[in-house]
Amino acid sequence: MQTLDMADIALREMNATLHAQAETTNQTAWEIVNPKGAHAIACGLDAPIEVTVKGSTGYYCAGMNKQATINIKGSAGPGVAENMMSGTVVIDGDASQYAGATGHGGLLVIKGNASSRCGISMKGIDIVVHGNIGHMSAFMAQSGNLVVCGDAGDALGDSLYEARLFVRGSVKSLGADCIEKEMRPEHLAILANLLEQAGADAKPEEFKRYGSARELYTFKIDNAY
Amino acid sequence: MTDTSNGAPLTAPIQSATFSNPINAEIRRAAATGIYDIRGGGAKRKVPHFDDLLFLGASISRYPLEGYREKCETSVSLGTRFAKNPIELDIPITIAGMSFGALSGAAKEALGRGATLAGTSTTTGDGGMTSEERGHSNKLVYQYLPSRYGMNPDDLRRADAIEIVVGQGAKPGGGGMLLGQKISDRVAEMRNLPKGIDQRSACRHPDWTGPDDLEIKILELREITSWKVPIYIKVGGARPYFDTTLAVKAGADVVVLDGMQGGTAATQDVFIENVGQPILACIRESVRALQDLGMHREVQLVVSGGIRTGADVAKAMAMGADAVAIGTAALIALGDNDPKWEAEYNVLGTTAGAYDDWHEGRDPAGITTQDPELMKRFDPIEGGRRLNNYLKVMTLEAQTIARACGKNHLHNLEPEDLCALTMEAAAMAKIPLAGTDWYPGKPGTGY
Ligand SMILES: Cc1cc2nc3c(=O)[nH]c(=O)nc-3n(C[C@H](O)[C@H](O)[C@H](O)COP(=O)(O)O)c2cc1C
Repeated sequence: MQTLDMADIALREMNATLHAQAETTNQTAWEIVNPKGAHAIACGLDAPIEVTVKGSTGYYCAGMNKQATINIKGSAGPGVAENMMSGTVVIDGDASQYAGATGHGGLLVIKGNASSRCGISMKGIDIVVHGNIGHMSAFMAQSGNLVVCGDAGDALGDSLYEARLFVRGSVKSLGADCIEKEMRPEHLAILANLLEQAGADAKPEEFKRYGSARELYTFKIDNAY
Repeated sequence: MTDTSNGAPLTAPIQSATFSNPINAEIRRAAATGIYDIRGGGAKRKVPHFDDLLFLGASISRYPLEGYREKCETSVSLGTRFAKNPIELDIPITIAGMSFGALSGAAKEALGRGATLAGTSTTTGDGGMTSEERGHSNKLVYQYLPSRYGMNPDDLRRADAIEIVVGQGAKPGGGGMLLGQKISDRVAEMRNLPKGIDQRSACRHPDWTGPDDLEIKILELREITSWKVPIYIKVGGARPYFDTTLAVKAGADVVVLDGMQGGTAATQDVFIENVGQPILACIRESVRALQDLGMHREVQLVVSGGIRTGADVAKAMAMGADAVAIGTAALIALGDNDPKWEAEYNVLGTTAGAYDDWHEGRDPAGITTQDPELMKRFDPIEGGRRLNNYLKVMTLEAQTIARACGKNHLHNLEPEDLCALTMEAAAMAKIPLAGTDWYPGKPGTGY
């Protein structure tokens, strides 16, 4: 285990060290201590390494991640794992706004709650939230799966494209063009797999599925108020 | 009504200036369809522009340089504030961001080829970076847009600069639209959306709001790219003084300012014609913001929106811009709206020079389309050659003017080299009205 102490080294040096870990590195386990809410921690990683952040992070931790596994032993600020391509990000605490925004791939697990705009514009990422999510989540979400073991706030899935939304608790309101959909066996299978990967103690049968009514797919004046 | 039976003269029919023929036609079209007009291009209405400014030239008190012979430099460095590798260009005319999706892959390639031959940069657009474009562009600016279509860290690191798009001159505050006809398999895959559906590009960034967030977003982009490449911020001509101030505060290396005449791939006509300010009204305000911050020439200013000639380039630079960007003019140089396709424009209900339904994907010139048959009409090598020629001519024109003003670098052009032809232009550009030393609002003049 290599330790990077942010009390001693600057953000630039820390990220440069992690960026320097190529595919073939032997040093696969890294620990970041004293993050103290710094922004852009461990963003842009592209190696099969495991990074554990001991504490809470600021904006955009694990942004654009590829391959790496990043564990945050605290809470995460806005835009955690934004535009993630692959790999895994696990947050022990809560996540602020825009968690997993525009993510293309990989798995984001939030063990606490996520704030508003969770999974906004997601493009293939899988997100599992053990707790609740805030308003406007999955806005314009294109693809991937958002699993919420708790409740969802207002305007879930507004202007949704092809992303699948699974919510176990209540949904305060659905956004434009988002509707409840039938849960078919293939969806239960996707859900079971994601719940297992995320270590979430919930049964697929307890969830409802939401998706796009696809009525905004063709531009009509009525949509364009 | 006048009684004609007695041979008395009729009152002449008078068309209303308010209810003009084009306005009435639009009312009928709206009444028939219930849909507002979407189109490409920029504002078509006449607004105060560079044409309303003139250069004074040399005289007894100003010493000119020799015609086409004496050295007159044109190079520019963009991104000198924070980036390890600023962009070095031979000429201050860059190619603006135009999306793959709106344009064909071959058209994007041609823009890269032409820009590279001319020693300048080209820019991606909504829809991501294509390999043709990267491969043929020596200097490529990668746009970071609200939609984040195709956004990925590998392309970010392959880019020579990153341009965070906050707005466009044609539609400050508006998002984008790519209609289903243009969503080929390739476009759909790059954008991660189903084929054939109308695609919306968001008007807000998904993961930041306001200048404080933007500053942190820039930090993240710099960390991902190891502080190597410049970060531009592009804004539409809305509130240039404040937008420039906030962009600089957020950490931009370069501010890109796009006026209302600036082209777009597809937006509502009502938006294009009624939102945003002409570029003439924006440049001096943006420069004033940079000067107030002590950042003029430290943070470079690139302006666009209706740039067509070397004279436009020289005027923009005399007002304090470091470089310009062109969109529409580059497409015309490639062959867009060429009268040789007149018969086909007529079939589409339009005429060469007026064709603006770029979003429909039926472009006879094969440039703003994804239709394989139409695309075959466009040769990217020839297109690149034409663009290079055009860029060369604009540069020579700008140099000619600069030499006449006694300047050995385009950057040495200054507001004192200009006069304005109209009160409006004088007020907007803060350039004295021809024959006077005054412009409306000039400090100290009382009015
Ligand atoms: C076909 C077309 C597509 C465009 N696509 C984009 C885009 O994807 N992103 C962007 O920031 N601006 C886009 N623009 C605007 C240009 O970057 C630029 O601001 C504008 O064209 C400059 O004005 P001009 O056309 O008068 O030269 C587009 C313009 C055109 C004509």
